[in-house]
Amino acid sequence: MTVLNNAAELDQLQKAALARLEERANAKATVYIGMGTCGVAAGATQVAQAVQAEIATHNLDVEMVNVGCIGMCVKEPLVDIQLPGRPRVTYANVTPDMVPRIIDEHLVKKQFIKKWAFAQLTNGSGARVEGLKEYAEHPFYRNQVRVALRNCGMIDPESIDEYIAVDGYKGLAKVLSGMEPQDVIDEMKDSGLRGRGGAGFLTGVKWEFCMRARGYPKYVICNADEGDPGAFMDRSILEGDPHSVIEGMLIAAYAIGAPEGYVYCRAEYPLAIKRLKKAIVQANEYGFLGENILGSSFSFQLKIKEGAGAFVCGEETALIASIEGKRGEPRPRPPYPAVSGLWGKPSNVNNVKSYAITPQIMVKGADWFSSIGTPTSTGTAVFALTGKINNTGLIEVPMGITLREIIFEVGGGIPKKKQFKAVQTGGPLGGCLPAEALDTPVDFDSLTKAGATMGSGGMIVVDQDTCMVEFARYFLTFASAESCGKCVPCRIGGQRLLEVLTRITQGQGTLEDLDEIEYISQNMREGSLCALGQLTPGPVMASLRFFREEYEAHINEKFCPAGVCAGMYTYEIDADLCPGCGLCVKACTSDAITGTRKEPHVINQAKCLQCGACYQACNLGAILVKHKHELIPLEAI
Amino acid sequence: MSIEPLDLTLLDPIILEYKEQKGAVIPILQRAQEVYSYLPKEVLVSISKKIGVPLSQLYGVVTFYAQFNLEPRGRHIVSVCDGTACHVRGAPKIIDDIEGALNLERGCSDPDFRYTLEIVYCLGSCGLAPIVVVDDQVYGKTTSETLIERLRQLD
Repeated sequence: MTVLNNAAELDQLQKAALARLEERANAKATVYIGMGTCGVAAGATQVAQAVQAEIATHNLDVEMVNVGCIGMCVKEPLVDIQLPGRPRVTYANVTPDMVPRIIDEHLVKKQFIKKWAFAQLTNGSGARVEGLKEYAEHPFYRNQVRVALRNCGMIDPESIDEYIAVDGYKGLAKVLSGMEPQDVIDEMKDSGLRGRGGAGFLTGVKWEFCMRARGYPKYVICNADEGDPGAFMDRSILEGDPHSVIEGMLIAAYAIGAPEGYVYCRAEYPLAIKRLKKAIVQANEYGFLGENILGSSFSFQLKIKEGAGAFVCGEETALIASIEGKRGEPRPRPPYPAVSGLWGKPSNVNNVKSYAITPQIMVKGADWFSSIGTPTSTGTAVFALTGKINNTGLIEVPMGITLREIIFEVGGGIPKKKQFKAVQTGGPLGGCLPAEALDTPVDFDSLTKAGATMGSGGMIVVDQDTCMVEFARYFLTFASAESCGKCVPCRIGGQRLLEVLTRITQGQGTLEDLDEIEYISQNMREGSLCALGQLTPGPVMASLRFFREEYEAHINEKFCPAGVCAGMYTYEIDADLCPGCGLCVKACTSDAITGTRKEPHVINQAKCLQCGACYQACNLGAILVKHKHELIPLEAI
Repeated sequence: MSIEPLDLTLLDPIILEYKEQKGAVIPILQRAQEVYSYLPKEVLVSISKKIGVPLSQLYGVVTFYAQFNLEPRGRHIVSVCDGTACHVRGAPKIIDDIEGALNLERGCSDPDFRYTLEIVYCLGSCGLAPIVVVDDQVYGKTTSETLIERLRQLD
């Protein structure tokens, strides 16, 4: 590899890379395997070994490409097969024993297996496999617009040439050949991009503050400390398209005049760190990093800092303290990092997604970006859609789409015909919204107004089987354990809230406790030093607002309507719904269920342990969650 | 786990590597933990002397971050994810079941140092919840039965 000296050389390189890819697509069959963390967890490594073995057996000349995550976690492991000049056909939920047949029929006999094929990707080549849906026609992808995730699952994340082939580093080249730093900032401001870490501050304005700040050197920092449980957007981008983040950081560094940058990545993401390290080496070889980038006077060095496991380090001042090698404790702002950040120098901190989007804004223009989404929340939103939902995965949708569209169209609704209960956005510092709020548009302002937050992109769907009090208690357990302890409202307030919530879930709550929750929450919100403490009460407040009747049931009736809180419910069989199939009898571990076949069964309450096995086993919803004492008639006492 | 005298010279190449770098305390501790599998007092004292950072400050950093261990750990590290998605999909029951079946307590090792049971928050594979990591091998859609069976097979 040689160092590139100008934009024209990059153009040449892109042409060559494209030609090579096209040649490969026309000359050779290619097998793509999704090797993100989720793919690997689902068994992609074993599948890849099986594919390799099978290719060797048939003595085939096939290219194998490991790609990142395409976002469809529920269908992992995914294997795509592309015959020369033909579309990519995706097989879903592939196991090693499916591989011989896939290789034999698809690669040798050139026929795809309709039963196992999920969709095809034509990439505008015109060639189409008959009788198979295109990705764009699939409900999961139909409503998606991919900007930050554009390359995830499409290109080999370990090949810089593949990134260059899809307009990679073109944004940087454009910026370096003729745009002044102020032009770049104006373009960012015009695009309306708001910080994707959650707070939603205008990225262009943030850059401008840092550019205008006095001090040298300045630093560009990428916050990849994705600590929210239930969120994995940033991991996926770093694993699937690391160069887009590097390019975005380079553009930011040029705009604010920073010679040095850091990616702060949590240590729980070893694959992301590995891919990023490799990408940095490649970018150095081509001269995208280093001295006099693309022949300009702009120079930039990039380093990785691994986190050591502290949620609060996602807060920018804590993150900076952690890079400096200290305890990751936040400090009061102002001064903001743009003025006094890393080692007291002006520093710009943005989220992974914000940087990944930036090159596209430079290539396609601010107008293109702001034409997507709503006027005040432009562009797209990336969500990790998880919990009780059919299509768990990573999605990117235009801002302004409703929660209902995300959950029931993209997400495919709730499994097992259960009832949707709530959706939690913004992670443990966000809030939940009930069914009535499903038509809320998803953008920064609407979600906040409705009582939740945009957050960095976790979206967890829960159904009737989740107790909202216990759910809130769970978030508090997390947030209070992660409190750094520096300021009192967060350290003590979180503990006190947790005690109150625990009391309620144990059936020892009083109605005064609900006032106590509001009182503590108010104080935490007003008195805490950083967002962790200020937002810790969020999930409790939201669930108290929308699901107050559940709290009251726990307190007044000592009853957990979802059947979660131990000792506060019992199971009963609905005689009208029970067909006497016997599934519950088989599931029961304590022989508590009796009944004649094809007749309604009965649970013996004296033997029942409330383990819930019968409840999970019943396909017809005939087992009901009931009040603990309801079964004993008053006369009998 | 046998307690052998610690070879503190193993720290020298690590400290040499980070000598010129600013803010290298955390990477040094991370590398040291890779070598010794935890951070015994002697190691911290030695690092403190060699890099000139007060022991109190090092202790502050070590106790702040979840990654660092001051106690020895088991031969097999079982990390059960109790992130939101895993929690909703049954992680609490898996934790209870492991504790019961293997006589372990969360956050602790058993007396023979065979297992250490850790609760972690989100490994970012929520689509495959519940997730359990056993010695760096990630298992998705876990059930208590298969997991306990797998753990029993480890020596």
